[in-house]
Amino acid sequence: MSTPRTRRVWLFGSDIDTDQIIPGRYSPYMTSEDELASYAFIERRPNFAPNVRPGDIIVAGANFGCGSSREYAPRALQKCGIAAILAPTFARIFFRNAINLGIPLFETDLTAALRDGDRVALDPAVGRLVTAARTFELPRPPAFVRQIQQEGGIIAFYRRFHRFPGETHDHA
Amino acid sequence: MQTDNAQTLSEQILSRASGQRVRAGDMTVVEVSRVMTVDSIAPEVIEVLESKLEQRALPHPERCAIFVDHVAPASNLATAEGQIRARRFAADQAIAHFYDAGRGICHQLMIEENLVEPGAVVIGSDSHSTTYGAVSAFGTGMGTTDVALAFATGQSWMRVPETVRVDLTGALQPGVDAKDVALHLLSRVRADGFTYQAVEFHNAESLSLGSRMTLCSMTTEMGAKAGLIAPDGQVEAYHAVPDWLHTEPGARYQRRLTVDLSALEPAVAVPPRVDDITVPGDLTDVAVDQVFLGTCTNGRLQDLQAAAAILRGRQIAPGVRMIVIPASHRVMQAATEDGTLATLLAAGASVGPAGCGPCIGRHLGVLGSGEACLSTGNRNFAGRMGSPSAQIYLGSPQTAAATALRGMITDPRTVMEATPERSRT
Repeated sequence: MSTPRTRRVWLFGSDIDTDQIIPGRYSPYMTSEDELASYAFIERRPNFAPNVRPGDIIVAGANFGCGSSREYAPRALQKCGIAAILAPTFARIFFRNAINLGIPLFETDLTAALRDGDRVALDPAVGRLVTAARTFELPRPPAFVRQIQQEGGIIAFYRRFHRFPGETHDHA
Repeated sequence: MQTDNAQTLSEQILSRASGQRVRAGDMTVVEVSRVMTVDSIAPEVIEVLESKLEQRALPHPERCAIFVDHVAPASNLATAEGQIRARRFAADQAIAHFYDAGRGICHQLMIEENLVEPGAVVIGSDSHSTTYGAVSAFGTGMGTTDVALAFATGQSWMRVPETVRVDLTGALQPGVDAKDVALHLLSRVRADGFTYQAVEFHNAESLSLGSRMTLCSMTTEMGAKAGLIAPDGQVEAYHAVPDWLHTEPGARYQRRLTVDLSALEPAVAVPPRVDDITVPGDLTDVAVDQVFLGTCTNGRLQDLQAAAAILRGRQIAPGVRMIVIPASHRVMQAATEDGTLATLLAAGASVGPAGCGPCIGRHLGVLGSGEACLSTGNRNFAGRMGSPSAQIYLGSPQTAAATALRGMITDPRTVMEATPERSRT
């Protein structure tokens, strides 16, 4: 399947922490859920929120999402329309929060291969990223994670199956 | 020599909570002994429960706890309305473990109120839930959705972590705090050094409960999923330790480290990284505007006492604001009764209501442009406490007091006289 290269790459460095993604004083608790997307990277990269488009992707370095357990950090990125996040490693709470929300994550380092502003094609379901020069086969997430992603998040999975992935018995 | 049957503490705990034997790397579903949330996350948890999970009555309200601590008391209309919603939810669901503004920080109260037992799996809406490892529990921080599911089902999905074993030797020297142990470890392993792993601390006999809480609290800054003290006499003195929870010879550790407590010196984390560690002596030209003594990491009685010992009969430097936020109401009462607060106040410090205080930049000491702060907290990311250009240096209560005294970052050993016995908080 050939997909038009309409996804913009937003390139970040390593150790992007959740205070950068959303400073605490912009949390929905202190402001409102409706404003959440507008505060993404508000201090670290003020041009992000006004210019990000649904379908864009984040490509970052190691330890993405380190810091707080705040789920509104990946949720803000999801509300901005970020379609996938690619980084060689993710901080563990951010990783599970994003998986639970249904955001595709790929553990790979493309920070040298791509530039900020590049336009790429990416099919998250297939795990293939295509640029003008190359095609990258992205690593397949573990089965447990794929089960959650197939339903679009842990809540959707739980509502459908009344159990967690991997369990054989039903809670209902 | 490793044996197939020997388990780490995490493998023991998660096997028990799974109802089957699991080992590092396994995905499993665990029964959660306690799940807690806080004022800043409760409204989202309630929303997920009511709108997405359509949960009417919680099956295990006795396992749930809610703490008003992150912005306590409420600082604006939004937080006030959020707290009303949390209060109402706790009442409707008969959640007895509800602690309102001023009672203290979630992690401090979870320990003080005996809501954590050795061998328990405890989930919290705050990354410093690793603190519960101080009483040999598997405590881990999670986000809104996981917490809501734990409220609704009493369970959580989890990957069993590998374990790193840290053997402690010696004892802390005067002026050196458990905080310095954590900062030392950060200098060695870095902020992602223990990602997805559980840390076990062995031979911690010389560390008080408060010091263990400091150390376990900070393991999350090293990327750890959990940080546990191997059960010892001190844990047994205050809690029933199940007989299945014990260090097993032959358990598999991914890595082993040794930390000689006797050799450690006061340390400081330089902004904006929690793992950029140096000694106060390298920062003596750094003038500070604010000193913050508090947080789940270092807001206990022993921490306030350590600072008071340095400031007794002295004045903080002109131009320095020293803000003291006790980790709990009980700590504040104890510090009032034994004269600690009087000493800090006489030195020129201000004291605020028990809670997270300015740690997360929302109230009670937000930092402005270019200001410098020495904080006994656990994070110094840019913008953490206010302006992105404010500089947050992390250190121990002793370093905080010495810094307030001089107005510049100061090694506490250079200003100390004989320190009194520490309290076992």
